[in-house]
Formats: sequence, C-alpha cells, structure tokens
Amino acid sequence: MPAHPTLERTPSRVAPGWGEAPPSLLWSLTSAWATDCKMNCRSEVLEVSVEGRQVEEAMLAVLHTVLLHRSTGKFHYKKEGTYSIGTVGTQDVDCDFIDFTYVRVSSEELDRALRKVVGEFRDALRNSGGDGLGQMSLEFYQKKKSRWPFSDECIPWEVWTVKVHVVALATEQERQICREKVGEKLCEKIINIVEVMNRHEYLPKMPTQSEVDNVFDTGLRDVQPYLYKISFQITDALGSSVTTTMRRLIKDTLAL
Amino acid sequence: METDLNSQDRKDLDKFIKFFALKTVQVIVQARLGEKICTRSSSSPTGSDWFNLAIKDIPEVTHEAKKALAGQLPAVGRSMCVEISLKTSEGDSMELEIWCLEMNEKCDKEIKVSYAVYNRLSLLLKSLLAITRVTPAYRLSRKQGHEYVILYRIYFGDVQLNGLGEGFQTVRVGTVGTPVGTITLSCAYRINLAFMSTRHFERTPPIMGIIIDHFVDRPYPSSSPMHPCNYRTTGEDTGVTCPSVEDSQEVCATSFSTSPPSQCVLTATKALSQTPAPVVTDTLRVPTAGLAFSHQLSSSRLPYQPAALGAGSADLAHPVVFAAGLNATHPHQLMVPGKEGGVPLGPSQPAHGAQADQERLATYTPSDGAHCAATPSSSEDAETVSNGSEGRASPHDVLETIFVRKVGAFVNKPINQVTLTSLDIPFAMFAPKTLELEDADPMVNPPDSPETTSPLQGSLHSDGSSGGSSGHTQDDFVMIDFKPAFSKDDILPMDLGTFYREFQNPPQLSSLSLDIGAQSMAEDLDSLPEKLAAHEKNVREFDAFVETLQ
Repeated sequence: MPAHPTLERTPSRVAPGWGEAPPSLLWSLTSAWATDCKMNCRSEVLEVSVEGRQVEEAMLAVLHTVLLHRSTGKFHYKKEGTYSIGTVGTQDVDCDFIDFTYVRVSSEELDRALRKVVGEFRDALRNSGGDGLGQMSLEFYQKKKSRWPFSDECIPWEVWTVKVHVVALATEQERQICREKVGEKLCEKIINIVEVMNRHEYLPKMPTQSEVDNVFDTGLRDVQPYLYKISFQITDALGSSVTTTMRRLIKDTLAL
Repeated sequence: METDLNSQDRKDLDKFIKFFALKTVQVIVQARLGEKICTRSSSSPTGSDWFNLAIKDIPEVTHEAKKALAGQLPAVGRSMCVEISLKTSEGDSMELEIWCLEMNEKCDKEIKVSYAVYNRLSLLLKSLLAITRVTPAYRLSRKQGHEYVILYRIYFGDVQLNGLGEGFQTVRVGTVGTPVGTITLSCAYRINLAFMSTRHFERTPPIMGIIIDHFVDRPYPSSSPMHPCNYRTTGEDTGVTCPSVEDSQEVCATSFSTSPPSQCVLTATKALSQTPAPVVTDTLRVPTAGLAFSHQLSSSRLPYQPAALGAGSADLAHPVVFAAGLNATHPHQLMVPGKEGGVPLGPSQPAHGAQADQERLATYTPSDGAHCAATPSSSEDAETVSNGSEGRASPHDVLETIFVRKVGAFVNKPINQVTLTSLDIPFAMFAPKTLELEDADPMVNPPDSPETTSPLQGSLHSDGSSGGSSGHTQDDFVMIDFKPAFSKDDILPMDLGTFYREFQNPPQLSSLSLDIGAQSMAEDLDSLPEKLAAHEKNVREFDAFVETLQ
C-alpha cells in the first residue's frame, strides 16, 4: 500500500485498545496537550450532529475545506533560493446524504488518504457501540530536527478538532429534514473555517529547499499541503477515553 | 501614503489587484453556472495561473468584468460588485446576492507585496471558492434551467443592497491588507428566499406563499445588462445550463412525450427565458402532456420542430430536458409556454404526412397523435418520423402561433387542455393551472380536417372511420383513421382498432376533468375553507393512515 508519508508515521489513533504510540506521537501529543501555551498552536473546535451515514461526508467536507486552505502548489526550487509554485486545481464534490457541496483540492492521493482515515473513524464509531460520540483532529505541525537518539520533534501550529455526535433517526421524513439541516450546519462550519483562515495568523515561514520537508508534505504528486496528521478518538460523554490513553502513554514512555 | 512603496511594488500590487478582481468575478460566475466545476492541479508551474490556482477564464465574463472596471481598480468608494439574480421564465426577477470587492483606507505598510500579499490573495480566492458553494443561491443555481435562470451583472461604484429584500445577511469572505489599503471581499445575500427554498421550487406550488416583496422593481436602472450564468462549451448545448436570455429565437421548441397522466411532462425550451410574448400566452393552447396518453408504444420524446415557424428545421434540434421531477406530483402545475407538443395550425400536413406513413403505425410512438416532426435527438422511431415529416414539410407563409394538439389515431378519450392564462401574480407558473372546459377541447371535439395537400394523408382518409374519433367538424384538426394491419373493421363493432383506441389510454383522472376553467385563483382560495372543513371531519382517518406509514 503506497502509504502517505505523513500518515505512515502516524497511527495516531488514541482510542483505547489500539497499539502502542510511537515516540513521535508521544511528543506531539504531549506538546498538544500542554496545559498552557501550546507553542503558538491555535486550536479550533467544530461540532456537528449527523446521522450515521452522513458521518463520512461531513468529515470529508470539513477536512477538505481546511486542507484546501492549507495546501499550495508544488514548490520548484531554482538557484539563488527562489522557487516557483505549481498550480492547485479544485473540484466540487456533491454529497450523497447531505444537501451540500464542498470544494476540495484536485488531488486524488490526498482524497484517498483522507477517505481512508475517515473510513476508519466511521467504522470505529459504528463499532464502538457507545453514545456515538467521537472526534477527529487535523493537526498541522512543523518538524524540528533533534539530535540523535531523539527523533524529530513535531510541533503543531494549528489543530482543528471536529466533534461528531451521531444520531439515529426513525422515519424517512426525519432523515429528509436531517439532510437539509446538516447541509445548513455544514455551511455554517465552512463559514467559520474561512473566518479563521482569513485572520492570517501564524503560518510557518516559507522554507528553503533543505527545510521544505519540515514544513510541507512533499510526498504528493500534485499538491503540497502543510505537514499534517489526522487522528481520531471515540469518546464517551465525559471523554473518559482520554484518561485511558494518557495512562497508556505514560506507561509507554516509561517502558522506553 | 504610498511613498513607502517603490514603483515596482506599486505596479505589482496594481496588477495583483486587477487580476484578483478578474479572478473573483470568474469564480463567482462559474459557481452560479449550475454545474460542478473541476480543474486539474499541475505540479509544474505554467506561469499563467494567477495566484497558483487553476481557475478557468470564461472569455465573456472577463470581457464583462473589464468593461465594468474600465481600466480602474477597486479603491475607496469604488467597489466592484457582482450581482447575482434569478429570473423566472415569466420575466420576474429577484436579486439573490451581491458580492463586493471593496478597498478601504487601512493600510498595512509592513507587508511585502510580492510575497505575502500574493499568497494572501490566493488564500482569499480559495476561501471564495468555498464560500460560493455555501450561500443559498448555490443550490438554486444548480437547479436552474427549466423555470428560472441565474443572471449576473457586474458594476463598479457604490454597492446597492436594496434589492435584496429585508433581513439580508452578509458573510465576509476575507480581507487582505496591502500597503495601499485593505481589500475586503464579502457577500450580501437574500435570506427570505429560504422560505421558497429549492424544495418549494420543485415540489410545492406556493398557492398562497408567494411573497410579493420579492419582486421589487429595480430601484436603479441597470447600468449594465444582466447576463445569464451559462457557459456552453463550443458545440455543446446540454440544455441543462440555462438558456441564454438573449439568444433564443424560437418561441417554443417544445417537446412531447407519451408519458402517462401521472407524469406531466415538461420540456425545457430555449425560449423559456424569454419573456412570454403575448402571442404565446394568448394563443397558445397547450394540452397537458400525455395526460391521457399511454406509453405502451415506445415512449420516445418527439421534440417539436416548429419548422413551419420559419425557423430552419436544422436549428431546432435542441435536446430536450424534461423536468420530470417538477411535476411528478403536480400534474397541473407547470405548463409553460411552449412546453408541450403542439403543432402549428394551418400547415398541418407535414407531420401529418409523417404519421400517415402506414408502415410505421405499428411502432408509431406518439400515440396521442402529436404530429410533430421529430429531431434526431430522440429515438429512432422519432427519427424516421422526423425524416419523413421533414421531407414533407412545406414552408408556409401563413404562420399561426396557435399550437393545438392534433387528434391522433388512437385518441378517443377526452384530453384536458391547459390554457396558459396569464395570472397576475409573480411566479404565476407555480400556481395551479386552470383547465379548459371540455367542450373547447379540440381533443374531445376534434376540429374539421383541413384541406389536405399531402397525398398520403388523403389516401388515408376513409369515409366513416370505424369507431375512432368522430365529429371531425372543426377546421384545425385532421383525423387520421387508424387501420391496424390485418384487421377488418366491417364485421364486428369492436375490432382490434377500436379496441385499441378504446383502451389505449387509461381513464381520465376525475380531478383532471373538473371543470374549473372558469374559476380564478381567488375563487379557488375561497373554496378552500369548505374543503378544509371537509378534511377536518376526516381527520381521524388521515391520522390513522399516516400512522401506518411510519
């Protein structure tokens, strides 16, 4: 399976019962969960209530919209430190279960990567049998080289968290109303996302050729998003799985 | 003060702003075309994609935008505005959105033009791409084509928000600070359209829900003409994109279908967006499509070719789009001028001759007897018919714009005809249509057959057509007597042909035979309370029924 470089490094599923977290994840998690300053990391939280079959499309809509804003064309470095940027194409995607259309970057690789992780999230939600609460996090980070034996540090600078609440509907009429309502809600979310994007807050500065892999994900063929990782967790109403994971992480660290 | 900005930067900035304005217009208009947009990413820079985004340039739109800008750039007090409005087939229009690209005085001296401003403009365009899919007008524009079209207008100067009705909302797409000012892109959109959402456009006729304040007279004379949001690639006329307002010539390129009564067929006409000429509304008598016609034969659509109108038959091969979804539940609803198959009066022979072709009778498609010439875009049968009829079409000098349904061979049941009355309410087309009296229905009392010049037709006219439609006394109609092959009609009263004719069509729905032609809408409304009272009596039954559905 041609793994997307970012995701390969990141099982990043902090739901209980999953495997050990790799050290880089540990670092990034602790840095993300640092109580006060998250190292200039801004965090945005969105919440949606959807029906089971709408989970996938709703998540894809949000993630793609964020990544649309956080992707550029491929850089081509020339001498003297200048570079030119490729072109990013876009395409409209109609949702089947929601009255909604979103715009995504025209990159099949990126779409596949997102669909994969969203599919896993949807399955985890379905199998959890809990209240149908879960969340996905899209985190943009920068890599900072560390000396051996420590691996590179991942410093997030922006985290988008989408909390999902799955509802079950009984009648077809309710589902129809849900289609439209969720469509309208997603419109609001897109407006929120755009608002945040346009604050023009911190963005990593454009890297030199040697540093580009610390800032951007250069593994895709046609576009170049900022380095990102996606994780998800299935939560109880009180978020109790979070504590379980913390415990596990500490255990893992000690086991190192 | 622009002294800090060197001349190269200033030039660059002006160029960026100019192209940003042009690209903004492209994105907005393309988002309202009614189609999904898809462009490709390219890893190698082409050098021609502004802001590193693949945004196609529609030449007409660029031309309009440049015309509006007239060499100027958005500046303080001079905003570039793109107005998106909706226009129905009856000429009512309504502003939906106004997108404004404004400049204010707040400067950001620190920012680097060639790098940060450019990238931020690129980000703003991406945001615009996302936001244009999110406003209510997007979903409307995706469904345009049949009853309404979306138009755009670009103007420069002061923003005029009056046409948006009360309570319009604004969304800010974003801002970019530059050394000469801050560029702001925002959208003000009408929201009370939400009550007449796309749902309503499709399903429910707003009997009472027509919100009059939608149709405000334009307070400002349009300084620039409205343009339709449509863009046909060369040679392509999908019929899905809205037909251009300006360039439709024919009054109606109707289409015809033999679908069963429950499915009222509408055809998209190129002339749809034209304001209905009085000619059309007064004289057009368009029968509800296929209401009484079965589709036991292959139900191809015969797009009507008004060859006799003088428009060359070659031009009229417009693919036909049926708004089937519109009328699945409301067969009365949407009869728009020229949507139904009809044939011009007077010159009846052309299609007549086509139908007269006996070999084709067995597979003849429009059993309702629409003697339409068919365009090649329909099924094979229609094609042969078309070829046949085209051959016989004789250009006639006398063109009448009365289109009536011809009595067909198989028609025996009364067909209700719909008269397109011009209701005096906006969005009249959504109001339930009135039906004509049966007596006036030429289907029931077919008119006399006119003088025939077609040799074939003459040969078919039998004296005393067996069974069949009788009373061919009116001028406008031609009776084709159907003689099924190998059947004799002189022995039994009920022969194959008669049997076929008798049972060709399912019985008329009682609701369609109601004589409510004389009622106006006001009377309809008046009778509502009684109907409601009657329904209320049966409320329990309805509730029980609804329970069973859940």
